[in-house]
Amino acid sequence: MGCDERAADPLTGAVGFARVLRAAGVPVGTDAAGRYLRALGAVDLAERRQVYWAGRATLCRGPEDIPVYDLAFQSWFGDAPPPGAARGGRVREARIAGLSPVPRGGAGREDEADGEALRVAAGDTEILRHRDIAELTPAERAHLDRMLAGLRAGPPTRPALRRRPARTGPVDPRRTLRRTVAAGGEPVRPVHHRRARRPRRVVLLIDVSGSMRPYADALLRFAHAVTHGASGGGARTDVEVFSLGTRLTRLTRAFGSRDAETALAAAGRAVPDWAGGTRLGETLGVFLERHGRRGMARGATVVIFSDGWERGDSALLGTQVALLRRLAHAVIWVNPHAGAAGFQPVQSGMAAALPHVDRLLAGHSLATLQRLLLEVRDA
Amino acid sequence: MTAPRSPQDLAQALDTTGYLAGEGLSVAAFLALELQRPLFCEGEPGTGKTSLATALSEALGLPLIRLQCHEGIDATQALYDWDFPRQLLHLRTLEAAGDLDPEAAERSLYTRRFLLARPLLQALTEAPCVLLIDEVDRADDEFEAFLLQVLDENTVTIPEYGEVRAATPPLAVLTSNRTRDVHDALKRRCLYHWLDHPDLPQEVAILRRRIPGINAALATQVASAVQALRRMELLKPPGVAESLDWARALSALGRDALDAQSAAATLGAVLKYREDLDRVARQGLDALLAR
Repeated sequence: MGCDERAADPLTGAVGFARVLRAAGVPVGTDAAGRYLRALGAVDLAERRQVYWAGRATLCRGPEDIPVYDLAFQSWFGDAPPPGAARGGRVREARIAGLSPVPRGGAGREDEADGEALRVAAGDTEILRHRDIAELTPAERAHLDRMLAGLRAGPPTRPALRRRPARTGPVDPRRTLRRTVAAGGEPVRPVHHRRARRPRRVVLLIDVSGSMRPYADALLRFAHAVTHGASGGGARTDVEVFSLGTRLTRLTRAFGSRDAETALAAAGRAVPDWAGGTRLGETLGVFLERHGRRGMARGATVVIFSDGWERGDSALLGTQVALLRRLAHAVIWVNPHAGAAGFQPVQSGMAAALPHVDRLLAGHSLATLQRLLLEVRDA
Repeated sequence: MTAPRSPQDLAQALDTTGYLAGEGLSVAAFLALELQRPLFCEGEPGTGKTSLATALSEALGLPLIRLQCHEGIDATQALYDWDFPRQLLHLRTLEAAGDLDPEAAERSLYTRRFLLARPLLQALTEAPCVLLIDEVDRADDEFEAFLLQVLDENTVTIPEYGEVRAATPPLAVLTSNRTRDVHDALKRRCLYHWLDHPDLPQEVAILRRRIPGINAALATQVASAVQALRRMELLKPPGVAESLDWARALSALGRDALDAQSAAATLGAVLKYREDLDRVARQGLDALLAR
């Protein structure tokens, strides 16, 4: 394939490769790309392996980047990476799904491939959007995973202490007065101001007990999208993620990786009680004790994902949710079964918690999760 | 030596010091020299991140300056400090001599002679040198931010004294065991290399290179047993340092083959957790040695 022309013009080839790598999910900044070009100037370009290692040293920033780099290198330069090079990447298997948008061919085919992927997505999305996550086939699930990763929502905000000049809103008397003085006492158009907005913290508590098993994976992906999706444009979102079950596990750190597969794998390793029992009241109590009361829940929008099947004391759950409600800005309960026809919140835990919850939402499909994003933003 | 002209050149120089650098590592280290960028080495403990810095300093004939990071490390421990007791003493002496012009006295207090250079300042003033910033993942976020300036500009500003700039930037090697994610801003300024455990032939070569007089059969036995241990999901998989220790322990006992008996006697050189020892004992040492 075209690897000879690329060798003939290393600059174009290198810039293109950096772009492919970025598309594959390795965050390549312009500084890294620049360093890559300089590195290529320092090694022997005829030595494909030196080109490989020079790129790896300048473009990768962690072991999770390496398998992606290897695949991108192979697809762009048409060469297999040096044998044994990818040993650092234990996450290789998990990364493959995230890699599908990488163009296999040259630069020319890049847009085409993207367009194709988009067309497929548009066709399936409408159907998939409303399907119950628990009933999806593995292929549909893989597609849903990609759609979940693409979820974007503006971060929820709260009013800040300070006001900022705005085009509309209440009149800012001080500034208006100053303008008036500057104009020699002539009346001027009034100046408006508004409260500035700051990101509001979002706390996601995800029940990973046995009864939630069909939804847990999708919900964790959703949580990952919330953690990273909104922070792309401007304001940083402040998202904390915990798993509930028989114990409480903080997943915020595990979700630090931008790549969903890596983050989910890390979360899977962190949670000791997958698909176990539920002691919602107790674990919620632990959350309040260790984190919530110290400030994490204060003023935050707290979302609890659970079907409310409580094996412990449901009265305890009621009091804990009531406590949480007093700390938080809003408590949203997401129950995957709430979307089913004829749903009645009769599960012992659900019934006990319901009086203290701001909203009860369904969360069994992509559409309901999208709706949830809006609810979180506007809560 | 003179500056290496190619990655192979550098690999050879490292080889003479007893450090066997793989192709990737020698390219990364060569680029770090060539582009004057810090080299960020990550990997499992015991894969030779720290010894890389030692080997580089030896191979290039440069002094090695080491900064060991720990939780709560701050500028006075890493950069510089004023020698307060000596300053006080100096002031007393001036006082006793009777010529105390307050302004001149203050000026004389903040001079080079009262400045205690900690590793980073030392590296900037003594450059060219190899600066090892070890286990940077143990330091706090704030410390990383502070490192940024030093690594970026090779400059340090001391308010009372002025700016110290390195004539040639030191070759900085940062290591991390990934106990915590190091901030992206820091990684962005560095070249990155992930060090893995060596494969079998490489590990045999390292053992033979580092332990004079070890016979090839024993080196192969130790290396393959360690490779088997690494596949066992232990709490602490052995690194290269452990396999070197193991081979040395066996030589010290005068054993020239690794059998179940000598392995049992020396396993403490490789495994550092009781749980790991139990696990290996349960699976049987013979299984470990059979491969």
